[in-house]
Amino acid sequence: MGNKQTIFTQEQLDAYQDCTFFTRKEILRLFYRYRDLAPQLVPLDYTDKPAVTLPYELIASMPELKDNPFRQRIAEVFSEHGDGNMTLDNFLDMFSVLSEMAPRDLKAYYAFKIYDFNNDDYICKSDLEKTVNKLTRNELTPEEVSLVCEKVIYEADVDNDGKLSLEDFQHMIIRAPDFLSTFHIRI
Amino acid sequence: MSQPPSITLHVPEGTESDGQEPSPDSERALHTSFHQLILEQSSLIEAGLELEMKERDRESPACLAPPDACAAAWPEPGQGEQCPGYSSASLQILASMPSRTIGRSLGAIISQYCNRTARLRRRSSRPPLQQLCRAARPSLRQYDLDTDPARATLEDKWSLLVKELLSLSPYQRSQMLLTLPISLAEKRTLRRQVNRQRGLLRQHAQHWAPSSPCGWSIVYVGLGCRGLWYRLLSLLRTAQPWHYTLKQISGRFGSSVLSYFLFLKTLLMFNFFSFLILLAFVVALQAVYPPPSASPPPFTGLELLTGAGYFTHSLLYYGYYSNVTLNDPCTPGSKGSACPPAAPPFPYNMPLAYLFSVGVSFLVTCILLVYCVSCSFRESVGSSLGDLAAKVFCAWDFKVIQRRSVKLQCENFCTQLKELLAEQRSRSHSQSLCQRLRHCIVVLLAWTLALGSVLGCTLAVHHLSKHMHVVQQEQRAQGSGRWQQEAILLVLPLVVSLLNALMPHLYNLLAMWEKQDSPVTQVYVAICRNLILKMVVLSLLCFQWLSRSVVCSTEECWETCVGQDLYRFVVMDFIFTLLDTLFGELVWRLILEKRLRQRPEFDIARNVLELIYGQTLTWLGILFAPLLPAVQMLKLLLLFYIKKTSLMRNCQSPSKPWQASHMSTIFITLLCFPFFLGATIFLSYTIWSVQPSETCGPFRGLETIYKSGKSWVLVLQKSNPNITWFAWVHQHLVENTFLLFFTSGALLAVIYFYIQVVRGQQRVICLLREQIAKEGEDKIFLMQKLHSVYEQRERRA
Repeated sequence: MGNKQTIFTQEQLDAYQDCTFFTRKEILRLFYRYRDLAPQLVPLDYTDKPAVTLPYELIASMPELKDNPFRQRIAEVFSEHGDGNMTLDNFLDMFSVLSEMAPRDLKAYYAFKIYDFNNDDYICKSDLEKTVNKLTRNELTPEEVSLVCEKVIYEADVDNDGKLSLEDFQHMIIRAPDFLSTFHIRI
Repeated sequence: MSQPPSITLHVPEGTESDGQEPSPDSERALHTSFHQLILEQSSLIEAGLELEMKERDRESPACLAPPDACAAAWPEPGQGEQCPGYSSASLQILASMPSRTIGRSLGAIISQYCNRTARLRRRSSRPPLQQLCRAARPSLRQYDLDTDPARATLEDKWSLLVKELLSLSPYQRSQMLLTLPISLAEKRTLRRQVNRQRGLLRQHAQHWAPSSPCGWSIVYVGLGCRGLWYRLLSLLRTAQPWHYTLKQISGRFGSSVLSYFLFLKTLLMFNFFSFLILLAFVVALQAVYPPPSASPPPFTGLELLTGAGYFTHSLLYYGYYSNVTLNDPCTPGSKGSACPPAAPPFPYNMPLAYLFSVGVSFLVTCILLVYCVSCSFRESVGSSLGDLAAKVFCAWDFKVIQRRSVKLQCENFCTQLKELLAEQRSRSHSQSLCQRLRHCIVVLLAWTLALGSVLGCTLAVHHLSKHMHVVQQEQRAQGSGRWQQEAILLVLPLVVSLLNALMPHLYNLLAMWEKQDSPVTQVYVAICRNLILKMVVLSLLCFQWLSRSVVCSTEECWETCVGQDLYRFVVMDFIFTLLDTLFGELVWRLILEKRLRQRPEFDIARNVLELIYGQTLTWLGILFAPLLPAVQMLKLLLLFYIKKTSLMRNCQSPSKPWQASHMSTIFITLLCFPFFLGATIFLSYTIWSVQPSETCGPFRGLETIYKSGKSWVLVLQKSNPNITWFAWVHQHLVENTFLLFFTSGALLAVIYFYIQVVRGQQRVICLLREQIAKEGEDKIFLMQKLHSVYEQRERRA
């Protein structure tokens, strides 16, 4: 306990506490987790805001993400330039959204971006097929995958344009109470 | 609210014969008028589109698909009516529609949140229907059309957002900042700008306000409070025990098994608060001023099981507590010396303290329970039974991180999808009459068996307790040893725990034989039967304890006897849970691994119901054994580690779908409604109507326990005539039954009102869904018309 840390200024820590769902201790713990991925790249002093970015391969080697089928999309969505390489801010943001304190709308927004593989702001049939294949590790036949995707679009598409927009997705999430507990990574 | 651009219709003359109004059937005339408008707007759109494209290229060249690639991202023409080969111009317009740019363009997100904060600021109880807006969908009412030449730049929108945030209260501002879906770096910039503006505003305000130490101290107190609040929050979060253990469990087994351990933690919290209240106000003080009593018999190990012997005259039970005012030298039973004229230093009325502590601990438990129920209900509203879309997007548990468990989860998911597809295919074949009849008969038979077994168990327990009582009398008459007498006491709890442990397995088998339609219904039915058994057995036992016709009928201090009985039940429950873990998980795993090469699964529903049953026993016994919450806390702590070890060694991840938040809500509601309510009724009846024993406890000699409170009010009235109003309030409001009926009636009316409001809102939701579907059709229609306009232009060019 105590304020003896020298990694961040007090103002930086306050800003992190205000902008993420984490407390001071959790932020410091997350910083040490970030640093453990590459101790030689990440300095112990962030008071002068160094521009350090860790490559995607290191992020994807974390035990929490290593076996997740969507780890690449998660890293891309939260990274600075959409390529999977993350700064400390991106790292904190990612785990803040995936923590249990984040509200449903915020999680739904980012979940939508994760499942939108081609970044066209719609989850179309090809996005869905990729999602289902990742979830089942290509165990289903292409006809079954196609059938599942058609049924999903039929169920969730409210404005009948053949794709899921953000509001279709959010509308569907409201009907699924498990979303908050499954879209959650403990760190 | 922005006004849509004014449209002037130029109906060209001469297209129809004179004197005839152009009717809606004459399409060409109407379309020519729109043609002009579309031409005007499309030129503006293209100009705006170039600007937007430049912005987008600046933002993120790598991940954004340029509009030309949109054509590639579309499925091939002819594959659906949705996009029949639009021209690239139409596709460019499509790409710049507001609903498409919401997810990508920062400006659109900021506009949306500006409107949200503006609405928060002038919020009335419910927003009017006309301004109702679904989460991110912009409607024409709230946004400037992209064709508006005076469109705000990104910087303008940003400063507008800062201004709107400043006008909110600090709590709303912090919530809005947290929920904004922009990156952390941008949030920090926003926060910095808001704080800077706030500092400027404060400086401005301070020019006018007199610089007083009061104002400054308020500012510093505010800052100090904020720091204190953050520190308290972090303390609360770090005080969360078992963070790493829970992460291990959820990493291997997922959210479903985790919900059992979280439920255990919740029960621990309830017991902790009850224990704290009773310790502070009852137990500790009685320990400091022990009543005169005979020397207790020597301690043997058997007391831990039976709760009798050494423990009978100890702090553990009701009989130990004195009925006098502690620390008062003027008590009638004191050493007989004269009363000193000075007032006693700190008199403590023990009976009153006992009654109020028990009441307050129940009240605190009630508040905490209702809060937990409302929290989990809010999160779990909605049903996803058989909803394929919800399954695809929400069934993957991100908490599972172990490789083998992830692989298993993939396989389970695959199986579930195949089952859902097969189910949807077979739903088209309805069952024949014969099959339905057979299914009905099977269900009826299963229910008859279940209810019959419940009845059988109840009768068995009833006859056993009578028989045990007779045996006990004989033993006492014969004067047999203490060991035998105490062993007899253990038989009834043993048999009840045995029944509670074995019958659920029978119900599971019954449920498997019944073959319900969905596995979720199977779980519900098994829970229901288990619940009925436990409720009926507990009601029988409560009736026996209160009527004292069989149990504790010959004891002088019957409350201590009942407390001991409950202690024995709690301990036996713990022992049988251990045995169940040993045989149900360890031995079963050895058998299954040899035969089927697989491990047993953790039966979540059965284990949670056992926890609920144990907690109900504690609640029933608080009045008779004030230290019972401490015993329960110890039991739960041991249970956590034992269950966790057994889980890690013997069980495999669950293969059936389990809606974790839905089931958690059901369990906490079950804890609240039949069980806590039953315990409260039991407690109320004991306090209001049962005569306490004459020779022991804090309420000896009174008619009922409640009379001690009443006599205290009378004493208050006599001692200080200024507070007769308190006695009047007590007599006319608390004891008046009419008020109780009136309050219940008012409560029912409020509940009915809210039910009607919810129904009305559901109808509104249906209407809005239809409206959204219609607007989608409108969009397709307009796109097709636009496309035809462009085609005509191209053909002409």
